[in-house]
Amino acid sequence: MANLTLVQAINLALTQEMEKDDRVLLLGEDIGANGGVFRVTEGLHDRFGGDRVVDTPLAESGIIGTSIGLAMGGLRPVPEIQFEGFLGPAYDQLCTHAGRMRSRTRGGLTVPMTVRVPVGGGIHAPELHSDSPEAIYSHNPGIKVVMPASPYDAKGLLISAIRDPDPVIFFEPKRIYRAFREEVPEEEYTIPIGKARVAREGTEMTMVSWGASVVQCMNAIEESGRDIELVDLRTINPLDMDTVATSVRKTGRAIIVHEAPSNCGVGAELSARIMEQCFLHLEAPVQRVTGFDTLMPYYKLELEYLPNAERIGKAIVETAAY
Amino acid sequence: MPVDCAFQTTIERISILDEHGVYDEQLGEGLIPDSDVVALYRHMTMCRHFDEIAFKLQRSGRMGTYPQNKGQEAASLGAAYALEDKDWLVTCYRENAGLFWRGVDPEKILLHWMGDERGNHIPVRATPLAIPIGTQMLHATGLAWASKYRGDGGIGCTFFGDGATSEGDFHEAMNFAANLDLPVVFVCQNNSWAISVPTRIQCSAPTIAQRGLAYGMHSVQVDGNDIFAMVKVVREAAERARCDNRPTFIEAVTYRLGDHTTADDASRYRDPEELKLWEARDPMIRLRNWLEQRDLWDENQEQAQRIENEAIVSGIVKRAEEIEPPTTNDIFNWMYAETPKVLETQRKTMRTSSLGQGFDGV
Ligand SMILES: Cc1ncc(C[n+]2csc(CCOP(=O)(O)OP(=O)(O)O)c2C)c(N)n1
Ligand SMILES: [Mg+2]
Repeated sequence: MANLTLVQAINLALTQEMEKDDRVLLLGEDIGANGGVFRVTEGLHDRFGGDRVVDTPLAESGIIGTSIGLAMGGLRPVPEIQFEGFLGPAYDQLCTHAGRMRSRTRGGLTVPMTVRVPVGGGIHAPELHSDSPEAIYSHNPGIKVVMPASPYDAKGLLISAIRDPDPVIFFEPKRIYRAFREEVPEEEYTIPIGKARVAREGTEMTMVSWGASVVQCMNAIEESGRDIELVDLRTINPLDMDTVATSVRKTGRAIIVHEAPSNCGVGAELSARIMEQCFLHLEAPVQRVTGFDTLMPYYKLELEYLPNAERIGKAIVETAAY
Repeated sequence: MPVDCAFQTTIERISILDEHGVYDEQLGEGLIPDSDVVALYRHMTMCRHFDEIAFKLQRSGRMGTYPQNKGQEAASLGAAYALEDKDWLVTCYRENAGLFWRGVDPEKILLHWMGDERGNHIPVRATPLAIPIGTQMLHATGLAWASKYRGDGGIGCTFFGDGATSEGDFHEAMNFAANLDLPVVFVCQNNSWAISVPTRIQCSAPTIAQRGLAYGMHSVQVDGNDIFAMVKVVREAAERARCDNRPTFIEAVTYRLGDHTTADDASRYRDPEELKLWEARDPMIRLRNWLEQRDLWDENQEQAQRIENEAIVSGIVKRAEEIEPPTTNDIFNWMYAETPKVLETQRKTMRTSSLGQGFDGV
């Protein structure tokens, strides 16, 4: 057991999976000698060599497209896209190929790859280094979308992702890459993909979030002094509606918090499903505390854009009073 | 059937003022009037000082991540000098010298890196810095196309790194420009590195210039630290674009003397000997020597210039730092020509939840 940051927990998961399974290889920009721009792959090039930790040409479509080939060829590629804002060139390969291969070949060819991508705002980074595109990839069928909110979860979820038979986008919230440490077991363990976690039990209302926003929610809940249940989705696609609906049926109220814009965001999907599955239990309209329906502003204004404890706190008061 | 040669060519490498200070009188004949060479040198020293100060602003927490331009001043400056105001500059982020020459206010560039969108509002024919690598060359191609279509005589000149030549969009831009006969000048600043990845991983051919050749356009390699050579090849390329609507690919061989950005530490992956080698090839050193040999510049002027640069750059920093903070309205006001009602509500309430926006569901 060691006290690790999220970055270290991911590094540990990668190390252990590479030790265990020589089909696992990493590819991406600057992940070798440099250890990745966030140092997530630090030391792995030295340890596993250039055949298993590969610095690629600067081309995201190339990284994902060849990963699809590697995966169909029997390997377990773990490509890294340097920032979520640079998934754009890879979109075509992800959505028109990775997500479709199993279905269109009736299981003949499959794409067991795990695309690691730092995600989200709050670190004063330049443009296109602070976005939250999880809804886009969840909307595209065939790709699983995972986002841990803690070092412990990061390790267990990443191991599951690497072993998963289907393509997984593993979003790493960069705002909490090093924000706090947590006890992370040295021995291997997995956390199932598709299962949410009740991060905090409560009876008054349900809050649903994922990634770095979970920290904001926890702060807001503590400041409110109320008995609120917090569900950390962990996996965004497929959604664990059982956990969410069970909680909302119990509390009768729900607030969803995410960094991405609200328009067509994951909050919209959750809200619709809560309405469908918990209609007679609801005592207040489902609330969404999210980014605005604008671009993520440059960093002078990013904290005005991101949902924070204050904005969540207002929604708590309003929802409770309804 | 005999085996014939279907095509054979060479890639020229142009150098006029080399790293040892040797000047090719023939190639350099009448290229730049002396007074302009002085002005270009002075501009380069200002840009270098700007770069150093920008670096310090980041280090002292007054600015976010910044990519140093140090060592690459000649490439974009030579191009900007050779072009006309009606030509588009479509750059990446290591072209401060060219942009400032064109008239982009340096404080805008600081504002950009200070996390302020107002830094992107540039009232000259230049696009804002391109953060997503390898995407802007298509825009230059489209801008050149628009100029051709409208017959305004302008051309497009775009800058990008060696790493960017791996992106698909780069190849599409070259292919469009060549096959649709568009007046574009492609300038690749090959500075040996794309963050920590050496050029060999982007291109295993002996020159990057060959990439342009493969698309059927005139392609040339040039010493990118030689402002004379840059002016010459860009001028020729601009002529080719303006008169014949044909694109050109220029590989400007230069070197990134700093880290990739302030968030990077090149000592993790780069041999310090390599850096030393290139420090001696600094475009400013050879230009100063050239000027001094011709009695166009001396130590006194250098001193005076240093003082002038300090005043200029501190004024730039002051203006960038003293600008009034952006308001939250700025998040919404520029999204669409006409702000939709949903955004108006968000702007007014700074909330996204329905209860917070006054919709109570009744
Ligand atoms: C599409 C995209 N992928 C990745 C990045 C991250 N990134 C920023 S700069 C850079 C290297 C660029 O190298 P090069 O094109 O040679 O330009 P240089 O920085 O050397 O001037 C990378 C990978 C990015 N900004 N955009
Ligand atoms: Mg480069």
